[in-house]
Amino acid sequence: MGEPLIYEICRAGRKAVHLPDVDVPESPLPQDALRGELPLPEVSEIDLVRHYTRLSQLNHSIDTGFYPLGSCTMKYNPKVNEYAARMAGLANLHPLQDMDSIQGAMALMHNLQEMLAEIAGFAAVTLQPAAGAHGELTGVLIMRKYLYEKGETQRDVIIVPDSAHGTNPATTSMSGLKVVECPSAADGNVDLAALKALIAKHGDRLVGLMLTNPNTLGLFDENVAEVLQLVHEAGGLVYGDGANFNAILGIAKPGALGFDVMHYNLHKTFSTPHGGGGPGSGAVGVAAHLAEYLPGPIVARDEDGYFRWEMPAKSIGRVKAFWGNFGILVRAYTYIRMHGAAGLRAISENAVLNANYIQARLRGVYPIPHGDRTCMHEFVAQGKLDGAPTINTMDIAKRLMDYEFHPPTVYFPLIVPEAIMIEPTETESKETLDAFCDAMIQIAQEARETPELLKTAPHNSPVKRLDEVRAAKELQLCYAPGCS
Amino acid sequence: MDYIPNTDADRAEMLKVVGVETVADLFHDVPEQFRFPKLDLPPALTEMEMLQELQALADENDDLNHLACFLGAGAYNHFVPKVVDSIISRGEFYTAYTPYQPEISQGTLQAHFEYQSMITALTGMEVSNVSHYDGATAVAEAVIMALQVGRNKRCNVILSPTLNPQYRDVVHTYTQGMCVKTIGENAPLGDLNALADMCDKDAACVIVQNPDFLGRLYLPAEMQALADRVHGAGAMLIVACDPISLGLFTPPGHYGADVACGEAQPMGNSLSLGGPYVGFFAMKMGEVRKSAGRIVGQTVDVDEERGFNALAAAIYMAAMGKHGLKKAAELTYHKAHYAAKLVDALDDYAVKSDGPFFKEFVVQCPLPIAELNERLLNEWGIVGGYDLGADYPELKDHMLVCVTEMNSKVEIETLAEALAAIAAPASEDLEGQDESLGETEQSDIEEVA
Repeated sequence: MGEPLIYEICRAGRKAVHLPDVDVPESPLPQDALRGELPLPEVSEIDLVRHYTRLSQLNHSIDTGFYPLGSCTMKYNPKVNEYAARMAGLANLHPLQDMDSIQGAMALMHNLQEMLAEIAGFAAVTLQPAAGAHGELTGVLIMRKYLYEKGETQRDVIIVPDSAHGTNPATTSMSGLKVVECPSAADGNVDLAALKALIAKHGDRLVGLMLTNPNTLGLFDENVAEVLQLVHEAGGLVYGDGANFNAILGIAKPGALGFDVMHYNLHKTFSTPHGGGGPGSGAVGVAAHLAEYLPGPIVARDEDGYFRWEMPAKSIGRVKAFWGNFGILVRAYTYIRMHGAAGLRAISENAVLNANYIQARLRGVYPIPHGDRTCMHEFVAQGKLDGAPTINTMDIAKRLMDYEFHPPTVYFPLIVPEAIMIEPTETESKETLDAFCDAMIQIAQEARETPELLKTAPHNSPVKRLDEVRAAKELQLCYAPGCS
Repeated sequence: MDYIPNTDADRAEMLKVVGVETVADLFHDVPEQFRFPKLDLPPALTEMEMLQELQALADENDDLNHLACFLGAGAYNHFVPKVVDSIISRGEFYTAYTPYQPEISQGTLQAHFEYQSMITALTGMEVSNVSHYDGATAVAEAVIMALQVGRNKRCNVILSPTLNPQYRDVVHTYTQGMCVKTIGENAPLGDLNALADMCDKDAACVIVQNPDFLGRLYLPAEMQALADRVHGAGAMLIVACDPISLGLFTPPGHYGADVACGEAQPMGNSLSLGGPYVGFFAMKMGEVRKSAGRIVGQTVDVDEERGFNALAAAIYMAAMGKHGLKKAAELTYHKAHYAAKLVDALDDYAVKSDGPFFKEFVVQCPLPIAELNERLLNEWGIVGGYDLGADYPELKDHMLVCVTEMNSKVEIETLAEALAAIAAPASEDLEGQDESLGETEQSDIEEVA
């Protein structure tokens, strides 16, 4: 059972790649600088291909099954996007090539900047940040620099609701600002009274608020306009976490609602692949007063239609090398162009309908703390079942694998005990949703009648349930290499 | 065109179960005046039309399939075996997410484990994390780790002026607002002692690049001497390095570096106009234990991962193996030196790289680099080197030329021919150029700056 490590299948002398011989006169090598042993594997191409093919088959993926991982928007990744990103005229470009020789690529980026700005209602967009959390860091640095340049250098506090995305507090801390948590009200919205009290307490030290809307409970905050107004009246700015943007394409524009800055997760909303953990793209949009602070360079268009790199005047600086994850941008551009305005709205409508359908079918089977409300693209249930006292959310998650579903996000958000966060996305059919709901209902019954079935799950996966605590303690970080 | 499988009939049934009349009824929580805004976007395209538009955009670019490339400066045109793209194109890899559920993510987990093993082998370090966004952010994260190891009491960050200028920019961006003073960027180029002299009780770390941004290779003894002085002051030595160079040369782990990091794009990732790339990051276990698991936990945080690109790098390392990577490095070394000799032999050009270099070298040119590059591109189909003047005022009219195993002998000789022709007065007869190409005598090399 299990695929051997690459170092365990290698044999001295085997090769998968043959490079040509040196075709120029050789120069003396600096002998003092040469390394000794280079302990990399030695394998044949067929062994290499079989090894990685077998590894791939140990994964659950969107291409192999339903993946309702809440907050991650595991929608179908269109194949045409992959083709587009590999076209020689788009993929085989050096980032520092003369602008004259990459006008097509720069046009694509410029169009994407404009389309993203329009979709979310912002004045300007940077495509440079490489991931959602990277976009968050970018947004917080923009907010701080804007306030500092206004002379308000005493501002160092950011309010983050407890229903916000998990990375928000970490990002804020990394930027050196202080995080203050704001509780949610019983209805799942931001607790307005608590927010007012925090604003009053921190007064002119307030940088602003980081708001995830729809929030991690899957709810659109009905008081969003008032929340934003309160922060703005206190001289603060509002950051929008765009992780849940898939719920509101063509439904609402965050910029119009009053958000000052927001990151987009192109790998969630705009269908670029998650890639086993990356790469993503965390493009950032801002309202007009923050446009000059964007990191860059970004693409500007001259009156004569020529595209050029331009660093915004008061930029926070560069957040990564070069211009952004261009290969990801090509995929997102392709996706948006193929959908158009009506198509984008249909994405969110269907994503929200699919989530509400599952919520309706599981209501009464599992506790759903805010099940009385219409959810957005996801909702949060709980793995606490009457008559099954030993069963928890992890058991339910592991049992779902036996039904060949990837479990939803579990134990997040933290404000819901035993959380099961379900996000189906718009690209799943009613049959798939029904099969998932049937499995969830069946598992609830099993939990009461044959709980050991859940406790010992998964039963068919490549490995049995892993002891993650033990793995963390006995962390093996690498394999001592060497070929036999 | 969309990817929504449900039909109107499906939706009607689902709405009934949900208990609302229309889809629009699901959005009552959105304040009415903001609900259903108009999106002013171009009309939707079918896949067939989309491919036509993409091809039109691609055709406006001059891609490297049709040009000879002598440009590097942080992104490198190395050979990528086809097996790499074939494997990373498997949907089981690229449509999976980060391994939240280990039982059904063993493929990604094992591939990452193997990546880490191969990165530690390559760098001579003891532990590697999964990856960072790119080389620049890997360096910035290394700096932040060094500040934490120094308990934020050591606030000086000593940046070598020949660390990639974009990496230095990102360090500045990441550390704004922190208690950090960046020094060293005005030190003489290539002077490791000057950087060591700045190390005192306030120093958190020294960051150097090897080979450096100008292509210069520092010998292990020089680097060890630097490491000893940095450690003597209680600071950390962070070395950014080119992974291809490690196929041939002593890795940072063997000359005292605490962190070896950099851009792994040269290993199996396409140039793709600058991204997505992948930053590698490896360190010594001693430092991991000393600086507490929290830091390790942070550096392996999922939000930092470049799973897909790290997978490409892993397959590349496994495919190239110990012989292939060494050969790629040797080819790069010899071709770069051959190019340097040809260019230095030209009347109006002088190679300014002092001492050993790997795949890039500095050339003083007789005309502005932008003008030179425009003519190389338009008249010769050559992507010329990087214009150093913008980052190093003292290197105005100096070009950083990059040569890899991808550049054939003919391309290299054509570059020399083109440079000579562009420098020559318009009427000058160019015959006899070929003779001088054969001369490989050692030329005088002056020190940069």
